[in-house]
Amino acid sequence: MVWATLARHLLMRPPAAQAAEPAMAAAMAARLQQAGQHRLGRSLAIRHVAAGSCNGCELELRAIQNMIYDLTQYGLSFTASPRHADILLITGVAARNMAEAVRQAREAMPDPVLVIAIGDCAVDGGVFKGSPAITGGAESILPVDLLISGCPPAPAQIIEGLLALVEAHGVESLAKD
Amino acid sequence: MTPVKCSESEWRNLSGEFVALWTSAGQAYALFDKGLFSTAVLDGGYPALSPRYPGADWFERLARDLNGHTAHGLSPARTAIEHFRAPDGSAPWPEFSVPPGEEVHQIAVGPIHAGIIEPGHFRFSVHGERVLSLQARLGYSHKGTLALMRGKSPRLAARFAARISGDATVAHGIAFARAAEAALELPVPPRAAYLRAVMAEIERIANHAGDIGAIAGDAGFAFLDARMARHRENFCNAAYAAFGHRLMMDNVIPGGVAGDIKTAGADEILRALDALETELPALTRIFEDYASLQDRLVGTGIIPHALAEQYAAGGFVGRASGRANDARKSPGYAPYDALEVAVPIETDGDVAARIRIRLAELIESNRLIRQSLAQMPEGQIAAAPPSGSGMGLGVAESFRGPVWHWLTLEAGMITDIFIADASTLHWPLLEHAAATGIVADFPLVNKSINASYSGVDL
Ligand code: SF4
Repeated sequence: MVWATLARHLLMRPPAAQAAEPAMAAAMAARLQQAGQHRLGRSLAIRHVAAGSCNGCELELRAIQNMIYDLTQYGLSFTASPRHADILLITGVAARNMAEAVRQAREAMPDPVLVIAIGDCAVDGGVFKGSPAITGGAESILPVDLLISGCPPAPAQIIEGLLALVEAHGVESLAKD
Repeated sequence: MTPVKCSESEWRNLSGEFVALWTSAGQAYALFDKGLFSTAVLDGGYPALSPRYPGADWFERLARDLNGHTAHGLSPARTAIEHFRAPDGSAPWPEFSVPPGEEVHQIAVGPIHAGIIEPGHFRFSVHGERVLSLQARLGYSHKGTLALMRGKSPRLAARFAARISGDATVAHGIAFARAAEAALELPVPPRAAYLRAVMAEIERIANHAGDIGAIAGDAGFAFLDARMARHRENFCNAAYAAFGHRLMMDNVIPGGVAGDIKTAGADEILRALDALETELPALTRIFEDYASLQDRLVGTGIIPHALAEQYAAGGFVGRASGRANDARKSPGYAPYDALEVAVPIETDGDVAARIRIRLAELIESNRLIRQSLAQMPEGQIAAAPPSGSGMGLGVAESFRGPVWHWLTLEAGMITDIFIADASTLHWPLLEHAAATGIVADFPLVNKSINASYSGVDL
């Protein structure tokens, strides 16, 4: 039984390797060079909070971790604990029922913190703008450093935005703040 | 359509399989497998169905929190959405009941979870590692969607239907469109029905692939997770190439679809199908062959057949517990009547069975897409909705089960609407399934059911 399995796995051909959109990969790599690797000397950890999304944005946040987009190659990764996080990434409309939880997550993070709103909902409420059940956009709960629009934004757009923010702030300035 | 009007006692004695309940101005509606029934809401109240049909419980709480209608006989303990009723705006925690016994304690999780996932609060009562009970407190994603849809034309409101649950955006789009089309007696061009099916089956494959991988990943099999995520990505890319959006949002509209399939996109879809077909046997074997993986999945999070029946479980949750229901077959809708959908069934009701169902559905959806692309008729892709009045009910089989949309129209505007995602009946099943195992198995059980938060928070 074990031998049969072993033999089969030895004989199994590995799936053909597939790479990211070459154009996108090249653009990202160039960008990384420009920013200077030294700036990414320390990697940044992201805490994601869904504050009333439709879950479409979460699907694309998971996609940026797949083998095509591979977020970690840029020195960025998700963390479960806000205590370990440098970036607070918010999706969703800022539902009234989530406002307190978002504030608590922010308070649990060590300063300095970068706050990013992902998706039209988090930018300004998106299609749900004006609903009494929401306060409308992450900015209605706390100050936001970067808005990435789209419904949902595509993985490449999300990564572009994250890199732009890291570049603009530079990791040194983050550390000094 | 017209619902069957019931007196109070007829309402209390409704029989059959309970599917959904909601209220509207002056009326409470109950959807059963046999049809739609209504009874009067008097002094803001109507008789609760939850004492006989436990699945009605969540719907009755929603009706109370959304419309202020009380179900007489509903135990008032839990809110669905309005957790924050304290006059000073504070959010006091409710008392979560603790099962009796020494050394029983509680674990509180959420509303913010560890992963990239929607918000909700889980309260576990545990004895050592054993979960004795789980209570889910949802409503954190409440966006007031139904209220936003009222007063809009079906075409305008479709944008909200597409955002009831992003992972099932196509299915909700179809169910909403079919409800509006039923109310307006608007026939859909055959080509549009086929295009909808292509999108719905791509959505099913993308979600199944992603979730199967995520469960394997949680059990320590990162390779499966990586490969399945790769396939999901293939289908998102193909969806973009074919329909201009990775999740195919907003392409289903009342009357048909907004855009036709692009030729290059169809090729991209076929390539994604080929890649999945080639690798799936090898990936399936990993599930079957590795004892350490089977050990985590077999016998975990069991939903017995009787419980699945009681809650009218749909989708892979129902099918893994011996229920054959599939909205594509019954009541059925175009073009599936011409495609002969094969519905896989298992009886173990555990995490492993739910994965087996989803693996089988990957193969079946693959076939359905190929067949749809091959026999897709030429012609129009949309008909303009007239400005009529009426009541309509629409259903579509999302990847997680049936989603029902009900609406009333007056002079072309939506006067009222309710939406029942399959998750509304699956959340209580998760509460049951979680209480059959240990805390460490919860992530697997949860992912294997994958109920939508946004879909019930509305
Ligand atoms: S921005 Fe769009 S995809 Fe993202 S949560 Fe809002 S509605 Fe969903």
